[in-house]
Amino acid sequence: MKLFGSADAIIALILVVAMVLIGLINPAFWQLSNIFSLLKSNVVIGLMALGVLLVMISGGIDVSFTAFAVAGMYLVVRSMVALDYDGVILPFLAATLIGGLLGLMNAGIIHKFNMIPLIVTLGTASVVRGLVLGLVGTSNVNINQMPDALIAFGRTDILTLERANGTTFGLTAMIVIYIAVAVGIHLVLTRTMIGRSVYAYGADAEAAKRVGFNTGRTMIFVYCTAGALAGFAGLLHSSMIWLANPRDFVGLELDVIAAVVLGGASIFGGRGTVLGTVLGVFILVMIQNSLILMGIDTTWQRVVVGGMLIAAVAVTALRDRRAPV
Amino acid sequence: MASPPLIELRGISKRFGGVRALDDVSMSIDRAEIRCLAGENGSGKSTLIKIVSGVYQPDAGEILIDGEPTGRLDPATSIAHGVQVIYQDLSLFPTLSVVENLFLNTYLREKRGTVDWRRGRKMAREVLERLDVELDLDANVETLPAAGRQIVAIARAVLAEARLIIMDEPTTALTGREVERMFRIVRDLQAQGIAVLFVSHKMREMLEISEALTVFRNGKKVEEGPISEFDERKITRAMTGRDLNTGHFEAPAIAAGTAPRLRLKGVSVGRQVRDVSLDVMPGEVVGLSGLIGAGRTSLVKAIFGLRRDVTGTMEIDGQPLAPASVSEAIDAGVAYVPEDRLSEGLFLNRSIRDNAISAAMDRYAPRLWLDGKRARSETETMFNDMQISAPGTEVPVSTLSGGNQQRVVIGRWLMTDAKLLMLNGPTVGVDVGSKEQIHSIIHGLTRDKGLAVIMISDDIPELAANCNRVLTMADGRLTGELSGDALTEDALDAALAGATRKETA
Repeated sequence: MKLFGSADAIIALILVVAMVLIGLINPAFWQLSNIFSLLKSNVVIGLMALGVLLVMISGGIDVSFTAFAVAGMYLVVRSMVALDYDGVILPFLAATLIGGLLGLMNAGIIHKFNMIPLIVTLGTASVVRGLVLGLVGTSNVNINQMPDALIAFGRTDILTLERANGTTFGLTAMIVIYIAVAVGIHLVLTRTMIGRSVYAYGADAEAAKRVGFNTGRTMIFVYCTAGALAGFAGLLHSSMIWLANPRDFVGLELDVIAAVVLGGASIFGGRGTVLGTVLGVFILVMIQNSLILMGIDTTWQRVVVGGMLIAAVAVTALRDRRAPV
Repeated sequence: MASPPLIELRGISKRFGGVRALDDVSMSIDRAEIRCLAGENGSGKSTLIKIVSGVYQPDAGEILIDGEPTGRLDPATSIAHGVQVIYQDLSLFPTLSVVENLFLNTYLREKRGTVDWRRGRKMAREVLERLDVELDLDANVETLPAAGRQIVAIARAVLAEARLIIMDEPTTALTGREVERMFRIVRDLQAQGIAVLFVSHKMREMLEISEALTVFRNGKKVEEGPISEFDERKITRAMTGRDLNTGHFEAPAIAAGTAPRLRLKGVSVGRQVRDVSLDVMPGEVVGLSGLIGAGRTSLVKAIFGLRRDVTGTMEIDGQPLAPASVSEAIDAGVAYVPEDRLSEGLFLNRSIRDNAISAAMDRYAPRLWLDGKRARSETETMFNDMQISAPGTEVPVSTLSGGNQQRVVIGRWLMTDAKLLMLNGPTVGVDVGSKEQIHSIIHGLTRDKGLAVIMISDDIPELAANCNRVLTMADGRLTGELSGDALTEDALDAALAGATRKETA
């Protein structure tokens, strides 16, 4: 096993070139405080992207994870407020579980009825968002109501530095969680049969069945993990911004999918790596961040993200154009 | 006492609905035997494969392995007994490496949770050594040529401790030299005690590799024996139940003064066709022979309105023809069946009816709505005329065999009231019996409807047996014409060879 596949090397190269270019245009890019804030912005998108990576390797696509993230986050925070509970571990477990169960629903529908993942996840996303707003509530949980433990957890830094003017900035500890999850998924994907079954399913679902993979289990693994990661990332997001908004994450699907495609995963399935995805997320976040630094209006960022998605899909589609069989 | 055969089938029957796919079939395969199972599409070959591999359960009969009845055979037990099937599509994982394609099966069988890449690599290297082939272990399977993929599939079967490897149409995608290499591998397998069952309808290859032959027809075993008892003619007769027509086609006599269906005068198309003049009378089947690049396809495309760069005059039934589009050509009574019916000719997942009416939509949907009754009744007529074998006109075309698909393509054009039918490689990928039926249908149409046919083919016997005259083309020009008694396979061969010599001179 090569740790650093050629596709990943190309993405890393693109990243380096982009960093140099951005640094030339705006030397402030290289300031440590900017790099730290960049890394911080990677965490939530990155965790979601790892889930989407699994789905895309299996040949599917998931647009429901942002809804699941909202469900995990808002349900848990509202319960914590209602019960006046002030802890960290249990809420995160609950959010992860909520996401995972919702993912199980995706897996069940997709596998049982052999349906197109895009349509299924569009449907479940809408249902889940609607249920959250209809049954749980529509109001934001603001910083003054947010459980203190969550806020404290979200602002944990592993490294604090002082600027010349005496103010401090830090590197969020959440990056450790992100890296740990990424390494974990990488190991599962490359070293376990369930991980290889995801690639096999994405390469040729019928052949995967024929050689004896339990493809139902593969689907459950893929969509539950994607859901669980989304639920977890949702709550983490809320603890990092000290706000739980039931209408959050609208449109974030596009950013996450763009990042995964940018990271070399194939929309046709069977291809994709954790390293590539982590790099793809970094490129996307960095470019968005730089657009802000350059003072470009946020609405134009949507144009850039959409353009990057189309460009990345076009490039990978050219690469993956199947040889005639 | 001789050891029992590796696998023995006794009185196997299988029905699907009203269709009897296999009818009381018995056969056996010995250890290290190379046997070929031949039969046309729909003769029960695939059903037999699926029964031996445990995908289907037979309605009657029993299967013995090493002389012991197996009882109910499911895919897992079949594999445990050493039966491996290599399907035509190979069932490989294109985006995964050769190594992984090889070891995944084994790890699955061992019910492993984790992947030991080092051991997998070792297994892969050993099995490829055993087959005496070299492959880049880290290459993705999709980057390999067809022959390489085939080898991966064989190696995977060997790794699964196969004792019998069933190969379904294994040589379809291979070139001559690759076929030779595969045969060498198959003989190596035999030397290692592995039996191979080829399932094929390619005669030359059967005769070359197999030791024994079993022929199926309509779900029954009709012939069986050592290969030395067979020749091509006997196999064909066994597969189709009749001798193939090697006669001649005579065009009906035409009253003097009849206008030709098609008249070309000094037609040139781009640089591919130069100054071609010809007449095709009603009822004629005119062959167009020549090497690839001789301009045959450009010429028929020009007549069908697919080329803009046409000079000279074209006439259909005396009316000038200068089609600016395909629909104008169709309106004038021209029909064209392209070489690649799958990508150019058919909507595979639509029904026979939808495909049938697609060439003449104006006729069935004159205004906004489809005249369903007319579409149905005319499709039924075509369905019967073309002798399509399918459960009905509503089944998707993708479920039909190659021969039946070709009938849909041809039949569809006849529903446009075509006066001139141009066929490009009409029977490529169609099996022997179906081929002949298609020819006889075409002949019937020329007789009954006064249709004129232009047939492009690289299959010299096909041209010699089915055309009343054959034109040879080289380098964009007509170079000769053979008809009547002068039209023989040898004469055509010679004419083509002559054209080649002239080109190279």
